[in-house]
Amino acid sequence: MLEVSGLRVSYGGINAVKGIDFAVRAGEMVTLIGANGAGKTTTLKALTGLLRPVAGAVRYNGEDIVAVPVYQRVKMGIALVPEGRGIFPRLTVEENLDMGGYVRNDVAAIRADRDHVYALFPRLAERRRQTGGTLSGGEQQMLAIGRAMMSRPRLLLLDEPSMGLAPLMVQKIFATIRAIAAEGVTIMLVEQNARLALEVCQRGYVMESGEITLHDNAQALLANPQVRRAYLGEDA
Amino acid sequence: MEIFLQQLINGLTLGSVYAVVALGYTMVYGIIQLINFAHGEVVMIGAMVAFSVIGWLAANTALPPLVIVLIGTLAAIPACVGVGYALEIFAYRRLRHAPRLAPLITAIGASIVLQQVAMMIWSRNPLGFPQIIPNTVYHLEGATITLVQIAIIVTSVLLMVGLTLVVYRTRLGVAMRATSQNAHIAGLMGVNVNQIIAATFMIGAALAAVAGVMVGSYYGIAHYTMGSLLGLKAFCAAVLGGIGNLAGAMLGGMLLGIVEALGAGYIGDFTNNVFGSNYQDVFAFLVLIGVLVFRPSGLLGERIGERA
Repeated sequence: MLEVSGLRVSYGGINAVKGIDFAVRAGEMVTLIGANGAGKTTTLKALTGLLRPVAGAVRYNGEDIVAVPVYQRVKMGIALVPEGRGIFPRLTVEENLDMGGYVRNDVAAIRADRDHVYALFPRLAERRRQTGGTLSGGEQQMLAIGRAMMSRPRLLLLDEPSMGLAPLMVQKIFATIRAIAAEGVTIMLVEQNARLALEVCQRGYVMESGEITLHDNAQALLANPQVRRAYLGEDA
Repeated sequence: MEIFLQQLINGLTLGSVYAVVALGYTMVYGIIQLINFAHGEVVMIGAMVAFSVIGWLAANTALPPLVIVLIGTLAAIPACVGVGYALEIFAYRRLRHAPRLAPLITAIGASIVLQQVAMMIWSRNPLGFPQIIPNTVYHLEGATITLVQIAIIVTSVLLMVGLTLVVYRTRLGVAMRATSQNAHIAGLMGVNVNQIIAATFMIGAALAAVAGVMVGSYYGIAHYTMGSLLGLKAFCAAVLGGIGNLAGAMLGGMLLGIVEALGAGYIGDFTNNVFGSNYQDVFAFLVLIGVLVFRPSGLLGERIGERA
């Protein structure tokens, strides 16, 4: 579904991503783990078109999408749950969700999907008339995920969905991500919480200062001593 | 008391015009944090185009006055929308990521260009508004209100209601607000940000066209320099209300009109006639200075902390 080859991205004059290759197959849950500043977010920004790569190809369903502008990639089925959630603070919860479905025209189906999001996150339904800025961090994360789902993505990119959330909320968010995957949405998850990410996903890539240094099945990575030492906080 | 009521009516009339023009400033500022100092010139172009059409129709046809004014306004709107769009494309779009001073200087440049072009097209002489609207005057507790004043106030209220509906009830409006709050994320949602910004300029310009007709018919003349002072005052009104805030622009415009009119009405009494009503223009800028000193975010301006 997604094939990335030789991807190089500069960000503020720094070579943040130095020629990486990876692939995500349809229906898979793949994670990209790594320390802060390893280039994970930059990689996602290149996938969504927020950053233009210096070199390399991003193939989505066989088509090179490097030159496709940001706003057209949503229509192709790529949605991002951005780092820090990116909620519109002065739009209501409902308007935020409507923005998620902006590229669609099927009013009835949009309404049905909105109700589906509300069923998934009843808290959002209670707050549908409140503005996004008044929500708690966890509620905002729910809204960000719900909003991304409103475009009916085939590939959902999530950037640090656990960031800044209480453990219980993290569990809830990850259960939802798993449920979304069960609906057939392909997922690429960027996480600092490596253990959580590897427990949920089937495969993982490890990123270190702009390069992919390891990739394997999630189970194997969980058992890998190098990964355990560097990312799972264990003594070897 | 009669002076007070009379000046209140005059102030509301002028304030309506300020409010409609201020909306153009505040919408553009809200979406790209740019003060479009050429906006006053768009108002002027609207007045000039409308007056040309109205003058020709009044001289050559026997259409009823209301129809003539309407056709004139309808001619001014696409002209102004075109100018607004051209400003965005040629003057500002390339400077979207430049330091903020660059587009500001460009805006001033664009305003000079528009003025000079208008002077070349319409000459230095003012265009007169043909005497076609009956000068009906209504008496009200000792004060008077003219038909033109009523038309101006009603039209601007309709425009403000219409704009509010567009911004808060339509898909375009939600996309505009989303873009103003976070353009990157709006793009991720599938919003063509450039299109939304252009649409914002065009809506502001359409409002400016109507404002041009209103202010021109109120004073009875249109002139290629009429946009600068009007634009500056409307900008003051937008700052007074809180720049970037729609309701603020409406409130700021009305208040500024009223302050100006009452100021002009009473300044003679308060200063033993040392200063006269010709000091009217001073009040807008006194208000601007006052706002900047005491409440820089404006009356309805957003607290900085609200940005999540």
